[in-house]
Amino acid sequence: MSWTLVIWLSAGAYAFKMLGFVVVGSRTLPDVLSRCLMLIPAALLGAMVLNGTFTDAQSVVIDERAVGLLVAVVAAWRKLPLIVVVVLAAATTALLRMA
Amino acid sequence: MKLRIESDVRPVVTSALALSGAVGVFALAFGVLAVGAGASVWQTCALSFFAFTGASQMSAMSIISTGGTVSAALGSGLLLAARNGVYGLALSPYFGESLGKRLLAAHFVIDETTAMMTAQTNPRLQKIAFWTTAIALFSLWNLGTLIGAVLGGSIDPHTYGLDVGFTAAYITMLVPHLRTKNGRAAAAGGGLLSVVLAPFLPVGLPILASGLAIFIGVKPQRVQVPV
Repeated sequence: MSWTLVIWLSAGAYAFKMLGFVVVGSRTLPDVLSRCLMLIPAALLGAMVLNGTFTDAQSVVIDERAVGLLVAVVAAWRKLPLIVVVVLAAATTALLRMA
Repeated sequence: MKLRIESDVRPVVTSALALSGAVGVFALAFGVLAVGAGASVWQTCALSFFAFTGASQMSAMSIISTGGTVSAALGSGLLLAARNGVYGLALSPYFGESLGKRLLAAHFVIDETTAMMTAQTNPRLQKIAFWTTAIALFSLWNLGTLIGAVLGGSIDPHTYGLDVGFTAAYITMLVPHLRTKNGRAAAAGGGLLSVVLAPFLPVGLPILASGLAIFIGVKPQRVQVPV
C-alpha cells in the first residue's frame, strides 16, 4: 500500500477537526447542514456493512459472510463487548469457509 | 505517596479510563485488519497517530482490502472525518482564546471526547473530561494499533474471516446512530444504495455514493450527538 493514503487521510482528518474548532470558532452552521453532516456515519457505516457483506467486486452475492453478519448483529444486539462481536463473526465465517 | 483526587473528579476519570480501555480493544482489531488489508506496521501506526479517527481509518483500509482505489478509500475516510468538524463547532465555546491550545486540542476532537465533555455541566469538569479522555484514549488507541499490527502480520485475512471482522466492528459503531429515526433511515438508505449500485460502479465508489443518503437530514428532526 502506498503512503499517499496515509498522508492525505491524516492531513484531511486534521483539517476537518480544525475547521470547526479553530477557523469557524463560535459561529454556528445552518441547522440543516449540521443535521445532514451528522448523518454521514450512519449512511457510510450502513453502506460498509451491506456492501461488505453482499458484494464481491462488482457482483451482488450471498455467501458465508451473510451468516457472519447475522452472528455479529445478534451479538451486538445482546450488547456483547466489541472484541467478542468481532471474534464470533470472524470465527463463524472462517468455519463455514473451511467446510 | 497517596494520589488525591477530588470526589467529583473521580467518576469522570473512571469513565474516561473505561471508555479508553474499550477503544484500545477496538484499536487492536484495527491493527490486525489494516495489516491484513496490505498496510505495513508503520503505515498502520502512522494512521492511528496522525489521522486519529477510528471509523475513517477502518473504512479506508477496508476499501483497500476489497481492491478499491486509493481515491475511493480516501474519499470515504474523509467523508467520515467530516463530522469531527461539527463536533469542533460544538466544543469550540468551551475552550479559551489561545490559538496554540486550540490547534493542539483540535487533534483530539472525536466522538468520544465530544461525548465525555458535553456530558459534564461545569467548566472545570468539562476540561478534565476532555483532556483525560483525550490522553488516555490516544495512548491506548496507538498502543492497541501497534500490538494488533504486529500480531496481524502472521494471519491470513480470508482464512480467518477478518473481512467479516471489519463488518462486525462497523455494526458496533453503527448502533448508537440507530437511536434516531433519521439515523436509521440514513443507515438503511446508504446500505441499499451501496449494494444496488455495486454492479454499475468501480469498487469503492458505491460506498461514497451511499453518502447521498444524508440528504434525509434535510427534513427537520432533532438529532443528538451520538454517545
